[in-house]
Amino acid sequence: MNVLFPRDLKGFFKALAEPGARVLAGGTDLLVRLRANPQATANAPEGAGSATLVSLDRLAALRGIVEDSKAETRDAGPGNLHRTLRIGAATTHAELLAHPLVRARLPVLAQALAELGSPPIRNMATLGGNICTASPAGDSLPPLLVLGAEVELASAAGVRRMALAEFILGPGRTAFMPGEVLLAVHVPLPAVGCVQHFEKVGRRSALAVAVVSLAALVRLDRRGRIAEARLAWGSVAPTVWRCPEAEAALIGRTLSLTALSAAAAIVRARVQPIDDIRASAAYRREVAGNLLLRLAVL
Amino acid sequence: MMLSFTLNGQGVRLDTALDKRVVDLLRELQALDVKEGCGTGECGACSVLLDGVHRLSCLMLAAQLQGRELTTAAGLGSASAPHPIQRAFAEHGAVQCGFCSPGMTIAASALLAQNPDPTRDEVRRALSGNLCRCTGYVKIVDAVRAAAKELGDAPSDAPSAAPDDETAGARGKP
Repeated sequence: MNVLFPRDLKGFFKALAEPGARVLAGGTDLLVRLRANPQATANAPEGAGSATLVSLDRLAALRGIVEDSKAETRDAGPGNLHRTLRIGAATTHAELLAHPLVRARLPVLAQALAELGSPPIRNMATLGGNICTASPAGDSLPPLLVLGAEVELASAAGVRRMALAEFILGPGRTAFMPGEVLLAVHVPLPAVGCVQHFEKVGRRSALAVAVVSLAALVRLDRRGRIAEARLAWGSVAPTVWRCPEAEAALIGRTLSLTALSAAAAIVRARVQPIDDIRASAAYRREVAGNLLLRLAVL
Repeated sequence: MMLSFTLNGQGVRLDTALDKRVVDLLRELQALDVKEGCGTGECGACSVLLDGVHRLSCLMLAAQLQGRELTTAAGLGSASAPHPIQRAFAEHGAVQCGFCSPGMTIAASALLAQNPDPTRDEVRRALSGNLCRCTGYVKIVDAVRAAAKELGDAPSDAPSAAPDDETAGARGKP
């Protein structure tokens, strides 16, 4: 297996044109899967193996976080004033957690990243890797969905943007075209005062694959009534699961236990999780509803 | 290919396969303080510092070391001149079978470099990627807190000086 270290985007696309080339970001997922099964891995063409790994270690163009105040995202997020963070795909979770704007303005994302993996995993693993792995349990995905994130995709032919919700198609499946890679993630900053919340239920705190997780972004009007609610669950469906009926039921209500209990009942009626090694479907259904009650302030 | 990097302060130059895992390379180089537990990033036994950052050597390839600085537990201190973290582990009974200890001390040193006076909860979070199946963690947390106290009390230009009677007097639980 060859390993290439492109230093600019031109070299990156040239390296990606090698036969069987695959992107090596943090390696925390890919290297485990390659070792378990060197011939066939998710996202690789059938039987292609991995002749070449293209490391992002020396590719500065894919790292870092910049604020883009002129950004126009299709889904501007609740109350957004067109302020967006552009996060390079190879930015690590630890780098994101250390960023003042992420901590101050995107607590729903920061809370999820603080529980992702473990300290050394967060030092290595990247946001782009978490997205492209497209796990139903990917910890960054529910927060990015409620925030209205978009992905910036590129190939030698050009760049395009799409909503993250459209990019992830199923477990390990994305809307990548052949030869396309993820350059960056664009995250609109929600209005100050939005309620942001993330909670993950796992078998233990660190290094746990989520049994159920919930990300919530709620905008309240001046009287404390819910003007918009965005809710996204992890690990209860093949991709991150939204529940528009529960979101609609909260509009005009306050964050009271009564209103949230009613929405939780809708969630339990609609969610269709599976039994697996980590939890039963019945447990996931119960917890998926219960996690909403954490938003209660009344 | 020819690979050059720094291992515990010593320059290393050798011909090796690009896709060899760093944990395998290190053990071939007799850096036997680096252990492989799970091989999947979940146990922390293979912890190292790469340019001062806590990483897992089972999830890195040799080629990624080119030109960089790698520190293992043996680079923190030795049996005759232990790092205060290593000495605190020994004195607090934080070492039983010892398999996790190199990784634990690497994780602790990464923590104390960023946070010289961590709370118990901060220590537990910082070590949450390192599994110990013997101690139940209480003594490990005690040791990291004691080491933090000793490092905080020591003159900043000599944090890893060999033990003497004076530093011995500062031992014990905070």
